[in-house]
Amino acid sequence: MQLLRSSIVLRWMLAALGVVITLSICQELARPTTTDLISTGTAEATLRRAVPILLAGLGGIWAERAGVVNIGLEGMMVLGTWFGAWGALEFGPWWGLVIGVTGGALGGLLHAVATVGFGVDHIVSGVAVNILAPAMARFLSGEVFAERSGGGITQSPRVDSVGNLDLPFLSGGDLLGWGTPDLLSWFVDKNWLLISDIAAVLSGITNSLSWASLIALTLIPLSVFILWRTPFGLRIRASGEHPVAADSLGVSVYQMKFIAVVVSGALAGFGGAFIAIEQTGVYREGQVQGRGFIGLATVIFGNWQPVGALLGSLLFGFADALQLRDRTAVHALLLLVGAALVALALRALMRGKHSSAAILVCASAAVLWWYAATEEVAGELPPITPHLVTLLVLVFATSRLRMPAANGLRYRRGQE
Amino acid sequence: MSIRRVALALAAPVCAFAFSIGLSSLVLMAFGTNPMDAWTEMLSYGTRLETFVETGNRATPLYLAGIAVAIGFRMNLFNIGVEGQYVLAALLAASAGAAVDLPPILHVILIMVVAMTVGSAFAGIAGYLKVSRGVHEVISTIMLNAVALAAVGFLLRSWLLDKNDTTLNMMTPEIPPSGQFPHLNSLVETFTREITRGRQLWGFMLVALAVGVLFYAFLNRTRAGFDLRATGLNPFAAEASGVDPAATVVRTMLLSGAVAGLIGLPEVLGQAHRYDLGFTRGLGFTGIAVALVGRNHPGGIAVAALLFGWLDSSAPILDVVGDAPREIVSILQGVVVLAAVVAYEVVNRIRRVAEARDAATAMQHPTETTDRSVS
Repeated sequence: MQLLRSSIVLRWMLAALGVVITLSICQELARPTTTDLISTGTAEATLRRAVPILLAGLGGIWAERAGVVNIGLEGMMVLGTWFGAWGALEFGPWWGLVIGVTGGALGGLLHAVATVGFGVDHIVSGVAVNILAPAMARFLSGEVFAERSGGGITQSPRVDSVGNLDLPFLSGGDLLGWGTPDLLSWFVDKNWLLISDIAAVLSGITNSLSWASLIALTLIPLSVFILWRTPFGLRIRASGEHPVAADSLGVSVYQMKFIAVVVSGALAGFGGAFIAIEQTGVYREGQVQGRGFIGLATVIFGNWQPVGALLGSLLFGFADALQLRDRTAVHALLLLVGAALVALALRALMRGKHSSAAILVCASAAVLWWYAATEEVAGELPPITPHLVTLLVLVFATSRLRMPAANGLRYRRGQE
Repeated sequence: MSIRRVALALAAPVCAFAFSIGLSSLVLMAFGTNPMDAWTEMLSYGTRLETFVETGNRATPLYLAGIAVAIGFRMNLFNIGVEGQYVLAALLAASAGAAVDLPPILHVILIMVVAMTVGSAFAGIAGYLKVSRGVHEVISTIMLNAVALAAVGFLLRSWLLDKNDTTLNMMTPEIPPSGQFPHLNSLVETFTREITRGRQLWGFMLVALAVGVLFYAFLNRTRAGFDLRATGLNPFAAEASGVDPAATVVRTMLLSGAVAGLIGLPEVLGQAHRYDLGFTRGLGFTGIAVALVGRNHPGGIAVAALLFGWLDSSAPILDVVGDAPREIVSILQGVVVLAAVVAYEVVNRIRRVAEARDAATAMQHPTETTDRSVS
């Protein structure tokens, strides 16, 4: 128990194990209708779908930690998709990512100039960015992509991805020209209860992992380090918590906010470029599909913490991946929701909250009945799970969320 | 003093528009087109009677959308969910209209009531969540937008489809003639020539005008409207003087949603007479732009809606003539929004500084009209 309290890493690993076990049990119950609830393919797709949301979420955290609400994330992602695809087409996929990041950063700069420079309301400016960005993308597509073969006003020609990486030994990647054995797949093929499932998840993560995903994942510890372990990060957070106090201590609040919002746009742009280059291999109008908003939701969902945003994005990526791969698996997911509700009810009971426990039991009964009574879930439901989950979290867990104290407030130097 | 106020108020939108035209011209020049050709082409096509009719038709829903957003904005409540509210309302109202048989005027009123109730109820969720659970309305309305659009897809596909329809275009049954809104062509034609090309000026424009007048009267002539404005200007002062903030939030959201419910009706009642896949979406977001450019004032929103409507209806000529891509107009609109909000902010600051200076001079050089000179 002592060890458990002291090690955050261990706790997270145990939590992850818990998730895998639950999924595994649900999978056994749902066989043979679906085998996709927990599999290498699902894990891989989950990660791929989660990365853009994660990047948008990180972008949101950077901006909001500095006290600027950024609902322009969506528009900045749109800029990222266009500039990413254009860069990839013109100079190759790696440059595509770089140019996509730059495009998003330009959107961030616009938001920063309006909100920090001119003191425009953050929501208003964000809405304006969201209106301007798709218009720009459409105009530029008409000018640039329309004259190329396979391209048009709403679409770019196909672009290459940056390539994937198989980890040596774990997923059979090459090491100095030597094809290492694929250990995880070996475990998966054994079909051992639980062990094979864990192997499948790990294999899905390590197998043909996009280099861009790897970079995105390293941005989480990097953001944590910069924001919480460096003087610069402290200044950024101070600007979001109490700008007047920060200013009195000599922090250049405007500069901090500017940098944070531009970084926010750059991260969103990376997310957009990832969608265009890695996920679909093409720029298509409307392909961001509100992921910027979902990223914003993970910011709240994750309590303004990068790791929280990762969890949120994985959850939403999972819902997205399942729906893409196997509609019947989504139906099996109801079982999971029912189980989760039972667990929550037990917890409420242990804490003596009888009325909450009763509500949760009723809800779980309803969900389980839904599972038993139907064959398939309406196709419209899975895409909106992130939105519903966010609403539920906001409704039931607001008291546990704490946003930066001066978030969203207009700050003018020298005015209280 | 008041002349300066008016000049400042007008300077902002004019400057913003001029700046946007300039920037769009630069963009066009950067891509090797002569902007003057494009603008003159748009002007000459845009001043024809048919384009004006089209402008009116496009401006009507935009105006309603702008008012719906502005109702919230006036008390610093951001109803980003107008988009979801109006699409859901249009679908349910169109279905309700097709399901019943009523005498002409009653039928239209019923459809409008259904639309307003649906929009109101859906917006009310966000209002309720804000006052009861402290959920910020921006987040909840964004999330509810997705929920509404998914609900529209599901309802249309599984329950509200036209059973007799043989085409694959998903649509609700047609609303009978008693539930259709008459057009205003004959009214316009008494003053001008005949409107050609089968264009019809939607009569719903009159409803939109009435909504604008009611909005103005509500804000300036009623207690509830005063509460709303007071809360927007200074929530603490408003609460101290007896305004119930929770009730005002819920009431404002309900009202905003009710107007949002009407946005889809010009099209449903005036032209399509049903909800189908061709239904215009995205007006909720453009409505935000219109409200921002129009400064949340019923008159300003009208100007903004007409401007956006005119730009949209005269842009297609650019593709026909081939001077410039019509998408330049979308850029123009986007830049106008951003430039306008920045310009208003700057003007606000100039005004505040000027007022402070005036107050300071008044303090230093007391004139005979002030009490200070007497004492």
